[in-house]
Amino acid sequence: MNNLKSDKSWVEVANYDDLPVNSGKTVRFKEKELAIFRLTSGKILAIENRCPHKDGVLAEGIVSGEYVFCPLHDRKIDLSSGLVQKPDTGCVTTFDVYVENGKVYIALLEKSEIAS
Amino acid sequence: MSQKEKLVVIGNGMAGVNTVEHILKLAPNQFDITIFGSEPHPNYNRILLSYVLAGDSKVDDIVINSYEWYEEHGISLYTGETITEINSETKIVTSDKGTTISYDKLIISTGSNAFMLPLPGADKEGVIAYRTIQDCEYMMEAAKNYKKAVVIGGGLLGLEAARGFLNLGMKVDVVHICDSIMERQLDRTASKMLQEKLESQGMNFLLNKQTEKILGKDRVKGLKFSDGSKVDADLVVMAVGISPNVQLAVDAGIEVKRGIVVNDFLETSVKDIFSVGECAEHRGIGYGLVAPLFEQGAVLAKKIAGVDTNPYEGSVVYTKLKVSGVDVFSGGEFIDGDNTKAIKIEDEFSGIYKKVLVRENKIIGAVLFGDTSDGTRLMQMIRNETDITGYEKAAILKDPDENSGKGSSVADMSDDEIICGCNGVSKGTICSVIKEQGLTSVEEVKNCTTASRSCGGCKSLVSDLLEYTIGDEFDKSAQKETMCECTDLEKEEIVVQIKEKGLSHVREVMSVLDWKNEEGCSKCRPAINYYLGMVNPKQYQDDSTSRFVNERMHANIQKDGTYSVVPRMYGGVTNPADLKKIATVAEKYNVPKVKITGGQRIDLLGVKKEDLTNMWEELDMPSGYAYGKAVRTVKTCVGEEFCRFGTADSMGMGIQIEKRFERLNTPAKVKMAVSGCPRNCAESGIKDLGVVAIDGGWELYAGGNGGVKLRKGDLVATVKTEAEVIEYTEAYLQYYRETGVYGERTSEWVERLGVQHIQDILADEAKREELCGRMDTALSVLKDPWKEAVKSEKIQKDLYEVIEAK
Ligand SMILES: Cc1cc2nc3c(=O)[nH]c(=O)nc-3n(C[C@H](O)[C@H](O)[C@H](O)COP(=O)(O)OP(=O)(O)OC[C@H]3O[C@@H](n4cnc5c(N)ncnc54)[C@H](O)[C@@H]3O)c2cc1C
Ligand code: SF4
Ligand code: FES
Repeated sequence: MNNLKSDKSWVEVANYDDLPVNSGKTVRFKEKELAIFRLTSGKILAIENRCPHKDGVLAEGIVSGEYVFCPLHDRKIDLSSGLVQKPDTGCVTTFDVYVENGKVYIALLEKSEIAS
Repeated sequence: MSQKEKLVVIGNGMAGVNTVEHILKLAPNQFDITIFGSEPHPNYNRILLSYVLAGDSKVDDIVINSYEWYEEHGISLYTGETITEINSETKIVTSDKGTTISYDKLIISTGSNAFMLPLPGADKEGVIAYRTIQDCEYMMEAAKNYKKAVVIGGGLLGLEAARGFLNLGMKVDVVHICDSIMERQLDRTASKMLQEKLESQGMNFLLNKQTEKILGKDRVKGLKFSDGSKVDADLVVMAVGISPNVQLAVDAGIEVKRGIVVNDFLETSVKDIFSVGECAEHRGIGYGLVAPLFEQGAVLAKKIAGVDTNPYEGSVVYTKLKVSGVDVFSGGEFIDGDNTKAIKIEDEFSGIYKKVLVRENKIIGAVLFGDTSDGTRLMQMIRNETDITGYEKAAILKDPDENSGKGSSVADMSDDEIICGCNGVSKGTICSVIKEQGLTSVEEVKNCTTASRSCGGCKSLVSDLLEYTIGDEFDKSAQKETMCECTDLEKEEIVVQIKEKGLSHVREVMSVLDWKNEEGCSKCRPAINYYLGMVNPKQYQDDSTSRFVNERMHANIQKDGTYSVVPRMYGGVTNPADLKKIATVAEKYNVPKVKITGGQRIDLLGVKKEDLTNMWEELDMPSGYAYGKAVRTVKTCVGEEFCRFGTADSMGMGIQIEKRFERLNTPAKVKMAVSGCPRNCAESGIKDLGVVAIDGGWELYAGGNGGVKLRKGDLVATVKTEAEVIEYTEAYLQYYRETGVYGERTSEWVERLGVQHIQDILADEAKREELCGRMDTALSVLKDPWKEAVKSEKIQKDLYEVIEAK
């Protein structure tokens, strides 16, 4: 983990305990706007805060399991892969998250940038 | 170097892309595909343009395949590029931007152009066709500045355009050359009924008129007809027909008559060049509707992919008018002739007309008005040339199930046959998805294939296909409206279980009732949360994560992610002090738009979520609940206090009602109104509950709606005193709260339960008393959410704070 951490531009965004369970939170960082979610399972996931359909604000969607439903037109989006679920299509950028000592960090490089 | 064959498609419309979709399924890796389209959009559902114009859909909603889809399938797409030349010797096509691409196989699917009458003045500004997104956007834009539209052409397209203009707030005249509208699809009776219906919606018809000239200097001002009469117009839409787009083919030496001539395998006269869609002419016919084009596409796809296929032998067509509040269907032949007999039902009371035309004991066509539910079934019988000897004639129009095996008619359909015309989904596709993914409900089929997602006309066929595909496992009665995909239970059953098992949390309901998704979805969570609160108002702890954003945030989310704030203003009455306060707050927080709502409240639009709680604090007014499935407003007229006609204090009554029921959660939004006399200036006739003062009392109207499905409220009770108005309203709202399906407006609820039933409940004193008692309890626990949010730091932090990371 530590190794990984040093490779990426991790940014501290919140105290884990301060995040409301099962709902989204908006995070702004420079030009980017993300939505982070603390799921019932305890996991934290982060995605870009705009729905690929018509820019719906995803932080405000209803969260069920590892999915969020866009508040504008109800597209269902997988929070870990960013994929919009059938029958709709599209995807949202996801971001790596990591928690240490009660602090939540987000890799503000997109996952795909890292993978390549 | 790719070894793949090169397939080029000219025309990015419904027929061409549908063919490509089939090809991708049949032979995913066989071709390098390139598509050219003149329009600057990915492929979209042209049929649904009429919904866009009517304001029921947005342009983005009608896109069939997004740019990502093309990318995913490795299709090179050139939008906004028109092919100007086909060289069939060198097998190269050239575009207006100079792109040249060679092909092994070429499909021409250039559709058609709207036909423009060559009238003097037709080139003036404001004279347009109705064919593309661009036309549609032009009309919507024009409606902002101009008031009067004239549509030339009283056919399907013209009427849909005219309806759109009405929705856009314009006055509209429809000019038609014949003396009856849609004469190519309807007989006289149906045409007259349609005309009356549309007139009642505000359309004006100028029949038997031949346009001679378009008047105006640069911009159109009016029309002049051959009989010398004139009419004013700021905008003229020609919807008089289409002409196949064939120039390209003509120049390339391909055989063209009216359309590009194709054989039963959609081959043109030139090798390796095919044509499909409106630009093609098959056995002398060019089709202007999508269902036949999809049938052609399915055959062409197989031909190109080298899969065995039956020839395409032509289609029997049908049309449906897509105008809200009007159901019209027509298929096959419909004009009575010497050797035809008709079966007819004409019910002037309900405005229903049905006619089935029979020749030699076979159904050859049908016209339906007012109730089109038989449409798809009759089309099956027409297509299959069902022999109706031995059928009880009148039953053909009545009960579908009695005429032996409705389900079996889908068995006779070929796999290529289109079930869902709007989205082009074939029987084969639906059946294989049902099998592969083990689907058991119409809802699931809809989600997996998009069939029946648009107009819903094919729902009964989808249901038949389920029955046909999975046989006994498909329990039709189980096709009850389950709450959502997460469960097989219906609303009533869930409420019963909540009561019987004493369930008290959303998660508990889901685990005890075996939910398929552990945490449900955006449909069931809000519903369960509502039911729990309705059943146990005192004990239930509201689950805000199961509420839709508006209700969680207590403000209306707007399309750009900002919110709108509407303070409560009882009965629509305010005072200078409140107005000043609102003005000050609006100024301080730079509210970009201040507007009066339809319910007589002030709407502050475009507020950032971080500003919400501060604004509420400074406003220090109760929340107007303009966002909730809850009691919203009670609109009032000025009534007795000021109006010279008023017989009662409508403002006072409205304020009383609003104060009594404010914040009450209901299955869907509830809007009310009180008018001081039957002139009804508060529009009480189209409210969930409308109260109208009459001499010596009050009338209560239930289930009215001014929305998409316009519905006039029904008189459910007449009472004497103000106290009785409140009492009856309590009983009415509580009964709706208890028996309404979450999301169901009172207009639908009243129709489902029947007006009589609601009258009976309200007339029953004992029932009223019980209902009022439960209403008391429900009202006793409500608190103003804005105050709560202002008081609680936790709420502010959890819901409204935005983290600024550094
Ligand atoms: C408002 C409206 C409502 C309708 N409602 C219904 C309905 O309810 N039911 C029904 O069945 N049908 C309806 N129709 C008809 C239906 O939309 C058409 O029959 C269908 O879209 C035809 O498909 P197509 O692929 O042949 O043509 P199109 O969908 O028109 O596609 C042709 C495409 O080719 C492009 N093109 C043309 N020439 C070139 C070129 N040289 N190079 C590149 N691209 C080119 C065009 O820009 C166009 O996008 C409606 C049509 C309209 C306009
Ligand atoms: S409804 Fe009757 S009382 Fe009310 S404003 Fe209209 S005319 Fe006057
Ligand atoms: S913007 Fe997200 S579903 Fe439409």
